[in-house]
Amino acid sequence: MAASTEPLVGRTPNYLNAEHTVKSWLLTTDHKRIALLYLVSITLMFVLGGIFAMLIRIELITPQGDLLSSDSYNRAFSMHGIIMIFFFLVPSIPATLGNFLVPMMVGARDLAFPRINLLSWYLYIAAATVMLYVMVTGGVDTGWTFYAPFSSLFSNGRVTLTVVAVFIAGFSSILTGLNFIVTIHTMRAPGMTWGRLPLFLWSHYATAVIMVLATPVLAVTMMMLGLEHVFHIGIFDPALGGDPILFQHLFWFYSHPAVYIMILPGMGVVSELIACFSRKRVFGYGFVAFASLAIAILSFLVWGHHMFVSGQSVYAGMVFSILSFLVAVPSAIKVFNWTATMYKGSISYDTPMLYALGFIGLFTMGGLTGMMLATLGIDVHVHDTYFVIAHFHYIMVGGAVMAYMGGLHYWWPKISGRMYPEVWGRTSATIIFLGFNLTFFPQFIAGYLGMPRRYHAYSPEFQVYNVLSSAGASILAVGYLMPLIYFFWSIRHGLRAPANPWGATGLEWKTASPPPTENFEQPPIVLEEAYHYSDEEAPIA
Amino acid sequence: MPEAAASPIHSPMKHQFETLAQQHHADTLGMWVFLGTEVLFFGGLITAYVLYRTAYSAAFAHASLTLDIVSGTIMTVVLLGSSLTMAMAVHAAHLGNRRALAVFLILTIVLGLGFLGIKGHEYYQKWEDHHIPGPSFVWDGPDARAAQLFLYFYFALTGLHALHMIIGAGIMGVLLLQNALGRVRTYTVEVSGLYWHFVDIVWIFLFPLLYLVDRHK
Repeated sequence: MAASTEPLVGRTPNYLNAEHTVKSWLLTTDHKRIALLYLVSITLMFVLGGIFAMLIRIELITPQGDLLSSDSYNRAFSMHGIIMIFFFLVPSIPATLGNFLVPMMVGARDLAFPRINLLSWYLYIAAATVMLYVMVTGGVDTGWTFYAPFSSLFSNGRVTLTVVAVFIAGFSSILTGLNFIVTIHTMRAPGMTWGRLPLFLWSHYATAVIMVLATPVLAVTMMMLGLEHVFHIGIFDPALGGDPILFQHLFWFYSHPAVYIMILPGMGVVSELIACFSRKRVFGYGFVAFASLAIAILSFLVWGHHMFVSGQSVYAGMVFSILSFLVAVPSAIKVFNWTATMYKGSISYDTPMLYALGFIGLFTMGGLTGMMLATLGIDVHVHDTYFVIAHFHYIMVGGAVMAYMGGLHYWWPKISGRMYPEVWGRTSATIIFLGFNLTFFPQFIAGYLGMPRRYHAYSPEFQVYNVLSSAGASILAVGYLMPLIYFFWSIRHGLRAPANPWGATGLEWKTASPPPTENFEQPPIVLEEAYHYSDEEAPIA
Repeated sequence: MPEAAASPIHSPMKHQFETLAQQHHADTLGMWVFLGTEVLFFGGLITAYVLYRTAYSAAFAHASLTLDIVSGTIMTVVLLGSSLTMAMAVHAAHLGNRRALAVFLILTIVLGLGFLGIKGHEYYQKWEDHHIPGPSFVWDGPDARAAQLFLYFYFALTGLHALHMIIGAGIMGVLLLQNALGRVRTYTVEVSGLYWHFVDIVWIFLFPLLYLVDRHK
């Protein structure tokens, strides 16, 4: 929001300098301003979640539980998970880049429901406020999965309020998804057919479908859990006749698709980056587009792979195992097609491309280890170990966050009207990649050797992996701090960005940087396919 | 926002749309997507209910006998009546007949409130009988725990449904006000009608699930 108070003297009117009052920001219905409101909010939550991650990593440097008591350690990893998932990763790309770009990419003035979009941000803020209150009044110790009956009857943390926060955040996410679906269906500019949509939009469409159809199940599950916690009715508590496995079924019916809420938008970003910095049309456009939809559909059919050791029937386990393998097909289609796009492309290694390349490598690692975990036999061995932690951090941090950072660098000139410092950008991308691998690769080994997750003390033989991991985490933190600093710096001191600094295709580059409030001077008409790079000029840096 | 300031407050078209048809399309689709969310919202709860209905079928059947089938049937009839008046309201809006629209909206609200009134009476009966789940719960028959679970689901499902009815009645009130001011648009009535019918359909599932299953035994 620092950008808001900075008048851009001598510049044409744009969405940033249109109005300067606080009210004009807090009551805005402009999707671009709401995207910035979200950007500031989720960045704060990311820092907060990161602080809890550092607490965890510092505790784990030594095998003894010496820094945090086991109870405060439980609270640290619970807060880390809840904040990072519900308050950072789920809204991250859709609510910031998606909010900013979906209307621009379809060639519209705004989302279909601008006021609902603002409401979504306020719901997010309400949920985050409740969560912060939980944090300062003792936190919660259930892990981000809230497994019953621990959460409903035994936990001494602030379960009810946390559940309320997650419930509200869920509706914020539903409203974003609803807006995207309707906007992509009804607001496309003349000539913007479904076959010409940028892949960013296809992936956001698939994400929105999951948000709309999976999140309500989480909401109602949280509601039941909260009521059980308050009134002690045995919905999930076996001692009272309830079924704890039912909680896991309902929870993962949302939370596995939620994994794809986090990764699909990242895949959309990477498709844009790879095409732009290879100066080529995305190879197999249709396959990549439909792979997003396939992932969205399959995501609803695999939740049971979180419950292989929960007492689920072995036949259900086998079916869920096979269905989980199927997700690899559309995911691999995407990876192969990105690689094929780069083949014989004219590749330049600007910061966003470095992030995109990092994404492909790390996502592939995360995906392949996911295949191992989908295998019943291996999962029984490594369930609830650091192998699982490493796997999903490769997807969530190595995948989703890398894509988010790449997208933020790529569209920063459009969002702020300023260029970020390229050298610093490349440096931080490299540091993040190295720091990430140092943090999480050792966890694969420690996990495979049997180190369980969620303990503040561990057997001394695992110390070397944990020291490596904690060292990597501090490097990773430096890598994340750098963009935070130079993005702020660039708002005042960065070079003025031209309308299309990357020589990219796409409607968002055909208007000024930063765009005027109504996005386009003239309502655009689309005459060509997405990624029409073949006869484009080389980028003017 | 400049465009908001520039456009007249009661302009029929919002600034983000190119045509009224596009706005109509977006509003209708938005409501359908929202109803999709709602289906899954009720779906999670109904799934849990059906699961326990199967697990504790005898106790649930016994507990469901304590529900008043007469009032349940009357509520169903009243609610279906409100669906009819809602459909008539949409028809009246299409014909541009503001007077008829007002009449049918009022009838819809009255029937909706009638439903809520009977529901409230049912809740009151449960309160009298100490059938509210929680510390004051009293149960004469066997397996009080499962019976309490049934009543918990009864209150959760019908309570959520009643909440939707209250919101629906509020929407009808807004439409009535807009109509009185001559500002109501046909498709606003249509889209609100979608919501109203959806809430009715939810009841069409809840009524047999809660009141009727195993009644013949």
